[in-house]
Amino acid sequence: MTLGDLLPLIGIPLLVGGFALRLNPLLVVLIAGITTALAVGMAPLQIVELIGDKFLSARSLALFILILPMIGLLERHGLREQAARLVSRFRRASAGGILLFYFVFRQFSAAIGLPGVGGQVSMVRPLLVPMLEGAASVRSGKLPERTVERIRAEAAAVENIALFFGEDIFIALGAVLLMDAFLRENGIKGIDPIKIGLWAIPSAIAALLIHSIRLVRLDAKIALDAAESDGE
Amino acid sequence: MKTLITFDMVAYVVGLMTVAISFAIFSDRSNRKRFTTALFWALFAFCLLFDGILGNAFGKHVAHQIIGAAVVALVLVAGLGGVGRGAAPATNGESIRPVGNWLFLPSLSIPVVVIACSVGLKGRAIGGVPIFDDQATLEALAVAAIVALALACAVTRGTPVQAFREARRLIDTVGWVAILPIVLAILGGVFAAAKTGESIKVLTLMLAPHHERFLVVALYCLGMAVFTIIMGNAFAAFPVMASGLALPILVKEMGGNPAPLMAIGMVAGYCGTLVTPMAANFNIMPAALLELKDRYGVIKAQAPTAIAMLCANIVLMEFLAF
Repeated sequence: MTLGDLLPLIGIPLLVGGFALRLNPLLVVLIAGITTALAVGMAPLQIVELIGDKFLSARSLALFILILPMIGLLERHGLREQAARLVSRFRRASAGGILLFYFVFRQFSAAIGLPGVGGQVSMVRPLLVPMLEGAASVRSGKLPERTVERIRAEAAAVENIALFFGEDIFIALGAVLLMDAFLRENGIKGIDPIKIGLWAIPSAIAALLIHSIRLVRLDAKIALDAAESDGE
Repeated sequence: MKTLITFDMVAYVVGLMTVAISFAIFSDRSNRKRFTTALFWALFAFCLLFDGILGNAFGKHVAHQIIGAAVVALVLVAGLGGVGRGAAPATNGESIRPVGNWLFLPSLSIPVVVIACSVGLKGRAIGGVPIFDDQATLEALAVAAIVALALACAVTRGTPVQAFREARRLIDTVGWVAILPIVLAILGGVFAAAKTGESIKVLTLMLAPHHERFLVVALYCLGMAVFTIIMGNAFAAFPVMASGLALPILVKEMGGNPAPLMAIGMVAGYCGTLVTPMAANFNIMPAALLELKDRYGVIKAQAPTAIAMLCANIVLMEFLAF
């Protein structure tokens, strides 16, 4: 271990410290990046150029802006209320049940190569969350703020977990392509990408089992929250 | 190779929409910081719109330097508290027509159009010019978003102006967090240029117990998770951990099966993605979008599953790879 090995790591304590002190994350990340680049001997102009270059390759992360006008307009015309009304017709629907259904749907669609059918902006906020809140309030009456927070966080979590542990099965998505390229670059031949995808299935099943146990218990937690706040 | 639709065009559409939104912010008197907030989004739009023009005028290096400087400026505007939020737009007496379940049509059209474009039109050409380039899915998403906006206007009898005023309300709820994922991706690029991964590889190899197979498996999975927590992206951690631990020790010394070692190692990294604020587009932005009080609310909801899945992956790897 030499000093040259350690210098590129200088950004990591800065990140941890900055987040711990609750400074603005954008500033923390920028400072960590610039410090790391200076530490390995890059010139200021070179660093600015690198930032611009990497911005351009990260533009796909701005694509969510495309659907905001559509979602905004629909929300103004009552999309969320309509989603809640729709679900309240099914009196047996529960928040945990809907989430479990969405988990399976999301994981399956990602596994067959359709990761674009969900999304935090296009599905979770305008449709899934109002449905969950509608179903929970049919059962428990007006929801305390703590329950609303819990339901919303769980909805975002299901979207992420189902996507992550589903998409690795499909061979033409980023992860399998990356692993395949990595193996070939390192001289390991004869591994079919389909095999890499198949070996992701046991973890996908484990994720479904683990998370569905938690979702089954969610309805009881919501009922308990509501009962406690009634007693207050 | 020229294609009918390119990713640059998609970025320009996003840029133009951002210009419209920053005008809506500029004219929003309920936002006390409307000038600096509009400046923030205008700078962002500038970065999206002008790389081609700047590149033609000054060459690629100078163009990237100017965009880099604009990125630094917009981080400073947000970092120094320049981004505020306004109230929900007033209805101005516009009547809201009850439209019932037709409201779902535009949002449900998005996956349908994405699939139709990326499956049906992929590889097709019009007059010898291919429609999509190699980023077909993202380009299909842009087409789908425009179709959905048109459908939304038709269903609600709303106007695009109204739509951008409502987009302003949504972007105000997310605030500067909206560009955190991009700034983190830039940091990932800086780490790659500084060879931070190589240093982490040296550190991990020093720790590796060469004879206890289960410990190496555990260190590999844990290393994937921890390095992903630091970098915010399992794809960045994977080449480092796989070439540092999995290939030399687990495959070459111990004769493990490469396919499950790679596949399960990657998923172990995803356990890290679920608990790190560095994966802002998955963990921090949704918290802002869903108006959670706790910025880390989504991470807290994911943590128990992430920990259980990390243990499950270590066990699965030990049994399936050998």
